[in-house]
Amino acid sequence: MMAVFLIYLLRLFYLQVIDESYATLAERNAIRKMTVYPDRGLIYDRKGKLLVVNKQIFEIKVVPRLMNEAMDTLSFCELLKLSKLEFIDKIKKAKSYSPYLPSTFLSQVSIDEFARIQERLFEFTGFYGESRTVRDYPSPIAGHVLGYIGEVNEKHIEKSNRYYQMGDYIGMAGLEKFYEPWLRGVKGVKYQYVDVYNRVQGSFKNGEIDSSAVTGEDLHLSLDRDLQQYAEQLMINKRGSVVAIEPSTGQILTFVSSPTYNPNDMVGSKRSKTFSKLYRDPTKPLFNRPLMASYPPGSIFKLAMAIVGQKRGILNPSTTFFCGSGFNIGSLRVNCNNGENHGVPDLHHAISESCNAYFCHTFKNYMLNRQLGNNYETYRIWREDIMSFGLGKKLDIDMPNELKGLVPTNEFFDKRYGKRRWKWTNMISMAIGQGELGVTPIQMANYISVFANRGYYYTPHLIQYLGKKKEVPKRFLVKHEVADRKYFENVLNAMQAVVEHGTARSAFIPKIPILGKTGTSQNPHGKAHSIFVCFAPRENPKIALAVYVENAGYGSLYAAPIASLLVEKYMTDTIKRPWVEQRLLEANLLNN
Amino acid sequence: MRDTREQRTIFQYVDWPILITVIGLMLIGWVSIYAAVYNQEHKSILDLSQSYGKQLLWISGAFLILVVVLGTDYRIFEPVSYFFYALTLLLLALVLIFGKEVNGAKAWFEIGGFRLQPAEFAKVATCLSIANYIGNSGLRFDKLLHTIVPVLMIAAPLFFIMLQPDTGSALVYFSFIFIMYREGLSINYLLLIAFSAIMAVLALLFDKVVLISFLSGIGIVYVLFARFKMRAFLNYLPMLVIGLFLVIAIDFIFHQVMEPHQQDRINVLLGKETDIKGIGYNVHQSKIAIGSGGFHGKGFLEGTQTKLNFVPEQSTDFIFCTIGEEWGFIGSMVMLSLYSFLIVRIITLAERQKWRFARIYGYGVASILFFHVFINIGMTIGLLPVIGIPLPFISYGGSSMFAFTLLIAIFLRLDNTRKLVLQ
Repeated sequence: MMAVFLIYLLRLFYLQVIDESYATLAERNAIRKMTVYPDRGLIYDRKGKLLVVNKQIFEIKVVPRLMNEAMDTLSFCELLKLSKLEFIDKIKKAKSYSPYLPSTFLSQVSIDEFARIQERLFEFTGFYGESRTVRDYPSPIAGHVLGYIGEVNEKHIEKSNRYYQMGDYIGMAGLEKFYEPWLRGVKGVKYQYVDVYNRVQGSFKNGEIDSSAVTGEDLHLSLDRDLQQYAEQLMINKRGSVVAIEPSTGQILTFVSSPTYNPNDMVGSKRSKTFSKLYRDPTKPLFNRPLMASYPPGSIFKLAMAIVGQKRGILNPSTTFFCGSGFNIGSLRVNCNNGENHGVPDLHHAISESCNAYFCHTFKNYMLNRQLGNNYETYRIWREDIMSFGLGKKLDIDMPNELKGLVPTNEFFDKRYGKRRWKWTNMISMAIGQGELGVTPIQMANYISVFANRGYYYTPHLIQYLGKKKEVPKRFLVKHEVADRKYFENVLNAMQAVVEHGTARSAFIPKIPILGKTGTSQNPHGKAHSIFVCFAPRENPKIALAVYVENAGYGSLYAAPIASLLVEKYMTDTIKRPWVEQRLLEANLLNN
Repeated sequence: MRDTREQRTIFQYVDWPILITVIGLMLIGWVSIYAAVYNQEHKSILDLSQSYGKQLLWISGAFLILVVVLGTDYRIFEPVSYFFYALTLLLLALVLIFGKEVNGAKAWFEIGGFRLQPAEFAKVATCLSIANYIGNSGLRFDKLLHTIVPVLMIAAPLFFIMLQPDTGSALVYFSFIFIMYREGLSINYLLLIAFSAIMAVLALLFDKVVLISFLSGIGIVYVLFARFKMRAFLNYLPMLVIGLFLVIAIDFIFHQVMEPHQQDRINVLLGKETDIKGIGYNVHQSKIAIGSGGFHGKGFLEGTQTKLNFVPEQSTDFIFCTIGEEWGFIGSMVMLSLYSFLIVRIITLAERQKWRFARIYGYGVASILFFHVFINIGMTIGLLPVIGIPLPFISYGGSSMFAFTLLIAIFLRLDNTRKLVLQ
């Protein structure tokens, strides 16, 4: 007996006096450093309408060990609107997590629902409610822009120098991610005694070392809620993008990636389910097309050719080239659309009738312009001219995951054809916006803004201002010059003709001068993509748009009328051509 | 055993060291329960709606029992023992039918607002009956056949308690082996039991094939060194048989008979599993509470682990945590010393008895107390598996308080008689 008690005494001495880890463990048990979570900043549209708010929801928690064995399961299931089987399943899960620690029994209980449940919840020992804040979207739009929040992972914690802790929320995509430091606010700390069920039993040192939380800053977006909503409706059952920009500021008015998803389905525990469903969807709803889809720009590229041609003295408004239903040199042949013969077009007609031959000649003359240097030097200069429109490079907009697109470098061709074993004939299709060129819809919208502004752009961005101090990041106030104003007037004339009696008559609206250019981009995987870029009105343009509808055929078929409806909606807030609207709303191009 | 003098008061010849120690333990228990479930809303330690208030009731009841027993004619214990034993057996049988199930064991009668646990009283009854049987039958434990009746006497309540099932209370019955040892049971049997226990633990820890080969290996080496003498072989044979039998039987019992939660507890204890959120939670939290007490303890009512419910059953089976947390190593040492003193004192007094019944009974009392303390504290400091068993006089609960008081009171009464006889 004495031996046993001696062993016990030694053991106690070890536990209590030698091993000090238990004291820390005890503190960790009972004194909880509770984070006081600040409310995340709200997100408004350009007219002050709320796009993202915070909503309180409840979770029903259970501590299996505390449950009354004789509890009235039936009335409990009735209270929570569960089936007996679900109940058994959930309890089993909770037990397998831990019989002693609380686990979530039911999540996503609304505040009204909880009020009803709470009245009787006390009858069932072991169950209690805990409140949480989640994001809520009064109108279910702009999922790709707004993004979503989710629980941090080990990487986030590491990267943030341990600012975040397990269980914290962080912006995972879109603006929620980009403006995370603004939206999240400042966490507060509260030291409290808690019991085993995490119930607060009193404050530690009377709260002397506590600090309070500071609410996150609100975002005021340049997005126009109504226009965004309308654009999303028009794009239902179509794959593609719509980006609208206010050219005078670079503010993005509409940003649609279609197909899209309801941001409310990305909230809390619904997210993983939604996510895996969207992930498997062959139409790729998670793919942020305006930022990440790189397409050949097609004929809209001719506008840039017209500017750089003039800038380098290859073209002037009266320059003419011969069109023999296309461009022919030796064995090289680039046809004009439908084999149409444009005769001997000048710049105006070349644009308004979209003559391929004209711009092939322009490209050839540009490349052979020996005043600029040899083949390779002229190409390098051409590439720089093109990239000054914001093509083939990141615009640095305020959203994560923006891609560059592609305007190939000299090295690109060196690699493909061998060092300096290529010349303009190898890349002639780029002259008309085909071939290697890759442009994202956001770049197209920015590109057309350059024309609206007659020679410059502001980096496109989604915020109007940030927080109470109405801050605007400086980089959004920098003017990016592209070319002299004088090169634009005759191009704009031609763009107006495109809509009034050229390839984009379907975009014509009486009294609102829309200036645009259609494009049709061939692709090997199906029907051509339908492209239209435009702005309106001609003087003091209010809106510049790029509409890209995948596998929809000619630009005039879908992209142009969609753009014109959006212009009409934005400028007049009414739609006078319901038949056009009807046709577009009903069109289903997902299977093209 | 002839009574030559009348007592003047019932406390006149009572053994004060034991009585004072017991009363001290009761008070420590009462205060510890108060600290364990301390509640701002019910600050009075006399509040009858709380367990500490009720414990005071039980303590008062215990005094009543003490006074009654000390006032009883000592000659009544022998004849009444079998009757008492039969009554508790009946209750143990009835509780299986009419009892209320608490924490998976059907161990309680519920009458009015009170609960009664017959298993607690069965210990006292068994102790008395064995003392009576061995004391008066002149049996000798060096004869194997003589041991059958006492073994059956122990086995009967054990059987009913296992059916509840209440492993903790059942284990206590093994403490009666000490009595038999004292009364002449060969040391070989005890060694055999110790060997069996070691083999049992090894059987749980290692694969049976490994163990069987190991045993056989030892046997072969032993026989070789003993140069094939017949005697060596005969010495070894029973060990081999018992060892092999145990390894196979334990394996079978562990996997086929035991409930999964019992298997888990054993696995956690043996270190084969660590699961501090689930099965091992109790012990982990209990060790944190005791370990965080440090040398001096956190001070009265300053303990956080027990009060904030991190330790389960903090006023009953895990009451030692509160003491360890609030009074530290010093408090724990005092507790162990008090129990040691109590047990040693009882054994000393038992040895002085001329009356065989009283001596055997005394040994029984000491053994039961020792087993309870051994298992209960061993469990809270993580050396033994979690077996629900109260800490004598400390843990909350009427049944155990009354039963332990009865156990001690009878011994005090018997010892009291010795002094009367001497004078």
